[in-house]
Amino acid sequence: MTPDAGGVDAVIDALTAVFLVLGALMSLTATIGLLRFPDLMSRMHAATKPQVLGLFLLLVAIGLQMRQWWVWPVLVVAWIFQLLTVPVSAHMVGRAGYRTKHLHPELLSVDELEAVVRRSANDPGEPGSAVELDNVLGLGETGDGALRGTAGQNLDDRGDGRGDQGESKG
Amino acid sequence: MSRKPISLRTELPLLIWLVIVWGALWRDFSPGNLLFGALIALVVARIFYLPPVELSGRFNVLRAVPFALVFLAKVVAASFQVIFLAVVKGPKVVNAVVEVPLRSHSDLMVTATGHVLSLIPGSLVVEVDRSTSTLYIHGLDIRDEADAAGLRKEVQDTEAGLIRIMGTKAELAALEAETAPPRAATKGETP
Repeated sequence: MTPDAGGVDAVIDALTAVFLVLGALMSLTATIGLLRFPDLMSRMHAATKPQVLGLFLLLVAIGLQMRQWWVWPVLVVAWIFQLLTVPVSAHMVGRAGYRTKHLHPELLSVDELEAVVRRSANDPGEPGSAVELDNVLGLGETGDGALRGTAGQNLDDRGDGRGDQGESKG
Repeated sequence: MSRKPISLRTELPLLIWLVIVWGALWRDFSPGNLLFGALIALVVARIFYLPPVELSGRFNVLRAVPFALVFLAKVVAASFQVIFLAVVKGPKVVNAVVEVPLRSHSDLMVTATGHVLSLIPGSLVVEVDRSTSTLYIHGLDIRDEADAAGLRKEVQDTEAGLIRIMGTKAELAALEAETAPPRAATKGETP
């Protein structure tokens, strides 16, 4: 082996080391975010973004070390599937979290979805339904079945189709 | 359930994608394996039909490459933003749920926009209203109305970028009409 090739090896090893450590750090960050953030949806930010980058860095490190051309398509496909599935899962969890009110309204500076959900919940029924009572009493955590039910019907039309697609993809 | 027949040509990019996945999984891109993969892709697409993915029929590579690079940079920026916020602000971070109407009513475009948004800094799709093509975005660290306006602009810019890459001709024309300054229309798109 020529000294030149040895130098290339060293560079590749060094790059691999950097990518592996950075990728692992990204996973650590996701954990810190999960612990530090106050509510479900900001935790979803922490759970999705650093982890996608972390996986990217780890896959690149694998590709550099394997030195086989055929490993790259597998790695690319793996990362693309990650890109496709992570937002879907984050969206599903965030959406369920919003509907079941796993959030701190006092930490939201703007909430333009709340009015929509309330309107669609109030539309079919008579005013003064359980929803308004909940809002007045601040009983968001309990007894919001009516809200979830009607709001769900209204905004949910497309949920089934997309859900099916997601399942068959996974 | 009746299904609008799609021509093979509009379906072709998806079939090619399936063949690439097949080749990647077998780690074998020999012609025989690819041919068998194409056969399976055709059978799968015919038998297990989902609601059809309606591709627009145009794809602008010249715009896609810079978009992909910027996207990658934003994924990196998103991670560091989360690190920063997690360490510095932590439990005191202030968020917002913002309503953003999109221009396009195509399912594919709304989905693509939502996906990109979920991976770039500070945004996460909470709810989608398909009938009005409206996204409800959860924004991280949105403290006031000015930040929210910035988030809205970011969302619409992202959609504009995607329309320029793979929107239909009608969407593109609408976008050009909307963004073009009052002077003469901007130069034509490279196809």
